[in-house]
Amino acid sequence: MSSIGTGYDLSASTFSPDGRVFQVEYAMKAVENSSTAIAIRCKDGVVFGVEKLVLSKLYEQGSNKRIFNIDRHVGMAVAGLLADARSLSEVARDEASSFRSSYGHDIPLKHLSDRVAMYVHAYTLYSAVRPFGCSFILGSYDKDDGPQLYMVDPSGISHGYWGCAIGKAKQAAKTEIEKLQMKEMTCRELVKEVAKIIYIVHDEVKDKAFELELSWVGEVTNGRHQLIPEEVRQEAEKYAKDSLEEEDDSDEDNMRWHVSQRLHSTAPAAGESPTERGAFRDKPQGTMLSLQFNHGIV
Amino acid sequence: MLQETGTEWLSQEVKTGTTIIAVEFDGGVVLGSDSRVSAGASVVNRVMNKLSPLHDKIYCALSGSAADAQTIAEVVHYQLDVHSIEIDEDPQVRSAATLVRNISYKYKEELSAHLIVAGWDRRDGGQVFATLSGLLTRQPFAVGGSGSSHVYGFVDAEFRGGMSKEECQQFVVNTLSLAINRDGSSGGVAYIVSIDEHGTEEKVVLGNDLPTFFDQ
Repeated sequence: MSSIGTGYDLSASTFSPDGRVFQVEYAMKAVENSSTAIAIRCKDGVVFGVEKLVLSKLYEQGSNKRIFNIDRHVGMAVAGLLADARSLSEVARDEASSFRSSYGHDIPLKHLSDRVAMYVHAYTLYSAVRPFGCSFILGSYDKDDGPQLYMVDPSGISHGYWGCAIGKAKQAAKTEIEKLQMKEMTCRELVKEVAKIIYIVHDEVKDKAFELELSWVGEVTNGRHQLIPEEVRQEAEKYAKDSLEEEDDSDEDNMRWHVSQRLHSTAPAAGESPTERGAFRDKPQGTMLSLQFNHGIV
Repeated sequence: MLQETGTEWLSQEVKTGTTIIAVEFDGGVVLGSDSRVSAGASVVNRVMNKLSPLHDKIYCALSGSAADAQTIAEVVHYQLDVHSIEIDEDPQVRSAATLVRNISYKYKEELSAHLIVAGWDRRDGGQVFATLSGLLTRQPFAVGGSGSSHVYGFVDAEFRGGMSKEECQQFVVNTLSLAINRDGSSGGVAYIVSIDEHGTEEKVVLGNDLPTFFDQ
């Protein structure tokens, strides 16, 4: 899908001949460079999980949060340029606050999502400004309307979801999310699954240390968005790490098959043994690289 | 006796010296009002409907200055219209009451009107809100206007929780009748509006059909 938009990509107020606004697409690429954030809606709430990469050991633990509180009942997880995301969280807070002031009750999530999406969209119309380089996921729980989940991307589009992922490993995360039966799960069960997914999609090789940010909003918190309490978090992280070890063990058997695949330029025909095709001509280094490739995620 | 040239009423403020009432029952609300509009000692309209719709299932009852009350109701009607389209569902009664309160409070020095907001929504069922002087409070029932002071004793004694819709309608009609009887600024006919999950019903009770009491 990627192509260079030479000449038509200098400002957001220009269409390319094939009908694309390249500045907006470049903004979405900025989101794809960021680490993953996911959110899943279940029977009685919404759980957020963010893979927060720790770029330096000197950072204080818990700094540079990527999950925000918008009013009491709404949570927002972000991916992309963090400064842009922070500014949008302020916009969302102003909208929610002004709604409460005018109408006397919590802002419905769809309406908040529409309003912030409209704001993001406005920045894709003019050459004097650049689009926001972040996507974000909004979630809330209301006793009458139940749990709700919306995602907004840099083009200013907003959709409702049962589960969604943004950031570099969003494809892998989506695959994992699709395996879940979220409509029948409760928040407590879902927290563990969310932690597990973040651990799965985390690339051990390219990105070393990370902090797992988890939060939820649902019946269990009485409709307030909060960070996960310590005991629940520990249980979730333990479950995630344990599941990963189990998968590692089963992966060992699969690895040998994968190695032989990589060493061939074409797949072996059925029944043909790998050794007949000159499998040992490749250098040992090639083998090592391909092992790593399969262990990580793209 | 007072010497009147007869033209003072042209320059006096038009007030809905009034009796208004709204009562909540399980599943909806009943609103009631009289129909007299006075300018000083003159009745300038004897059939005004002081129950004004803000939305399909939210009404407000007007009292105080006729112009101020009507204008607030019209502005809030417009705001609720836009709001319900934006949120893509019927507005909450609390939203309507908050909008009325925001205007009443912001312009409390300039305006002289008290609106009672009552209606039905799917979250909290029937609700009655008083917005006198820019406050906002939910109550089981509310009375307002110049006639209300004559009937506080009656409503305090006779109101009970758990009334049915028909009992509420009777309660409202009795209250209006007693107030009209005693308050010079209230009179005419009684307008009754009943709102519940199934819809809104407007009724008029003509003067001679109002319930009578010991002195009538």
